[in-house]
Amino acid sequence: MWNLITNHLNDLVAVALFVIGFADLLFQKNMIKKVIGLNIMDSAIYLLLASQGYIKGRKAPIITDGITSAQNYINPIPTGLVLTGIVVSVSVTALLLSMTIRMYKKYHSLDLDYCLMMARKEG
Amino acid sequence: MDFIKNFPFFSIMLCMFCAIVNSVLGRKAAKYMTRIVLGLVLCLSVAILFFTIKRGEAYVYYMGHFPAPWGNEIRFGCLESMFSLFVSMIAFLSTIAGTKAVEDDVEDKKENLFYILVCLMTSSLLAMSYTNDLFTGYVFIEINTIAGCGLIMVRQIGKTTVTAIRYMVISILGSGLFLMGVTLLYTLTGHLLMSNIKESVAELSVSGEYRVQLTIVIGLMMVGLAIKSGLFPFHLWIPDAYGQSNVVSSSLLSSTVSKGYIFLLIKIFVRTIGFDVIKTTGVLYICFTLGIVAMILGSVMALHEQSFRRMIAYSSIAQIGYIYMGIGLGTAAGVAAAIFHIFAHGATKSLLFISSSEFTEGSHSKTIDDLKGLGHKYKFSAFCYSVGAFSIVGFPLLAGFVSKLLLGGAAIGHGPMQWIALLALAVSTILNAIYFLKTVIYLYIPYDEEHTGKSADMVPTYRMNCEEYVFGVIMLVAINLILGLASGSIIDVINNGLEIFS
Repeated sequence: MWNLITNHLNDLVAVALFVIGFADLLFQKNMIKKVIGLNIMDSAIYLLLASQGYIKGRKAPIITDGITSAQNYINPIPTGLVLTGIVVSVSVTALLLSMTIRMYKKYHSLDLDYCLMMARKEG
Repeated sequence: MDFIKNFPFFSIMLCMFCAIVNSVLGRKAAKYMTRIVLGLVLCLSVAILFFTIKRGEAYVYYMGHFPAPWGNEIRFGCLESMFSLFVSMIAFLSTIAGTKAVEDDVEDKKENLFYILVCLMTSSLLAMSYTNDLFTGYVFIEINTIAGCGLIMVRQIGKTTVTAIRYMVISILGSGLFLMGVTLLYTLTGHLLMSNIKESVAELSVSGEYRVQLTIVIGLMMVGLAIKSGLFPFHLWIPDAYGQSNVVSSSLLSSTVSKGYIFLLIKIFVRTIGFDVIKTTGVLYICFTLGIVAMILGSVMALHEQSFRRMIAYSSIAQIGYIYMGIGLGTAAGVAAAIFHIFAHGATKSLLFISSSEFTEGSHSKTIDDLKGLGHKYKFSAFCYSVGAFSIVGFPLLAGFVSKLLLGGAAIGHGPMQWIALLALAVSTILNAIYFLKTVIYLYIPYDEEHTGKSADMVPTYRMNCEEYVFGVIMLVAINLILGLASGSIIDVINNGLEIFS
């Protein structure tokens, strides 16, 4: 059992972080906390991806000393996916934060539920 | 002829570049640029569709120079090209017909920004339908979310910002689940290309390994895309989003954006995982059950709604339920019916939203009661709205009738499921008829004080009086008629497409 946990520590942490971030994004009322939750959730996925691509004892996929056999390098694709994913989550975060600013200017609150209520009252 | 194989790539890139160029253009230039590009994409999609129908097979197009297991690919067959034809057509006609509504809602200086969003949305939908790579699919899902969020916010009143934030938060939850599903699927199979994943999954299902993990992956992807397309328990953002935004945005969001996610889900079910494997996991029962619940509850909620635009939005929830019910049946006929309903509902809903703009904007009548007698004031819009209402209720000759017939036909022969499906179809149709025909009857109530309580002022206060509006709406009516009258050949194409899909 202990062996299983230590072998899959990265995956377990990633899933735990994903659940924390997801719950944050879903249940927090404060917009800033929601955005933090979003970033925790996305980072968890990147951690999972990066740790799945890493193979113990191998090197970064850059040819050194003329060794071209793929057996010596880690899988480069997950790293590329992480980079793409980071770009996506940065742009989503930026958009969400800018909308939060707009909402704050209008309703003077960061509480999404309160703002929804105020918006309903407007009719 | 082989040059046509480049067209899917061209159509995605044309929209992308048009979005970029629009950012520096003035409002008129951006408007015409968008129209030209969307028209061009429409023509390209028609060419691809005829090419694939004629050749009867699907083609793979390398993006970059790396072959299958490593590179990125575009793949197109009849279904993909038909879906992109549908998307570009609805986008083209909606933007043309809603020109005046956009001018009214958006500041002059910011109008080009609206057209950026339309182009971005179209290109991401095209990419979602053509791509053969799951991760590319994820990236374009996010682009689509951002564009959709902007489309809700174009009408700059405070409440649309809150609505857009809520839409964004819910969508991000969905795409997070989807990305988790893609990641886990990658760790299980080692591939991102759909055709390669299918081979690996087939091996896994034969050997019986990782059964639980595979079910989790399918569940994550299905729930993620269901959240984004607004299936029943995740529908809370729909009425506000469709009810408050600009009519063009509502029509694009309801008829193309949410359908794009469903199309991607069908692609994942049929092409990526394989329908045989999906059937063993029980996910389809969830689709079916949620679809049935959405069909009934969406209609019930629409029945109780007082606001006109929100009523149309609630009916979208019910129609999305129809599509998921079709997928949940788990047969080729069910999926074909679901795809036909995607087209039928898209054409009808955009017609309803756009033709209703004259009533909702004009007298600023927000509630259904305010509609009384408006049919005499706005004769053309009322006629076109009635066609849309009849179509969605399922009047023969129109698109909605054929799709309901197909869904009912696909349901027969499924043991106890067929009775549930047929009963739900019947109940939902009756409810649909009650609330849509009520609006039509209200529109044609004689226009005098006795019936409406308003003064008999026959002069329209607001008019979408331009040729563009008339042209766009007439074309949407024509599409409804074509989908209803020429349904046989369209269904043949869908069936052929499904055969070469997997």
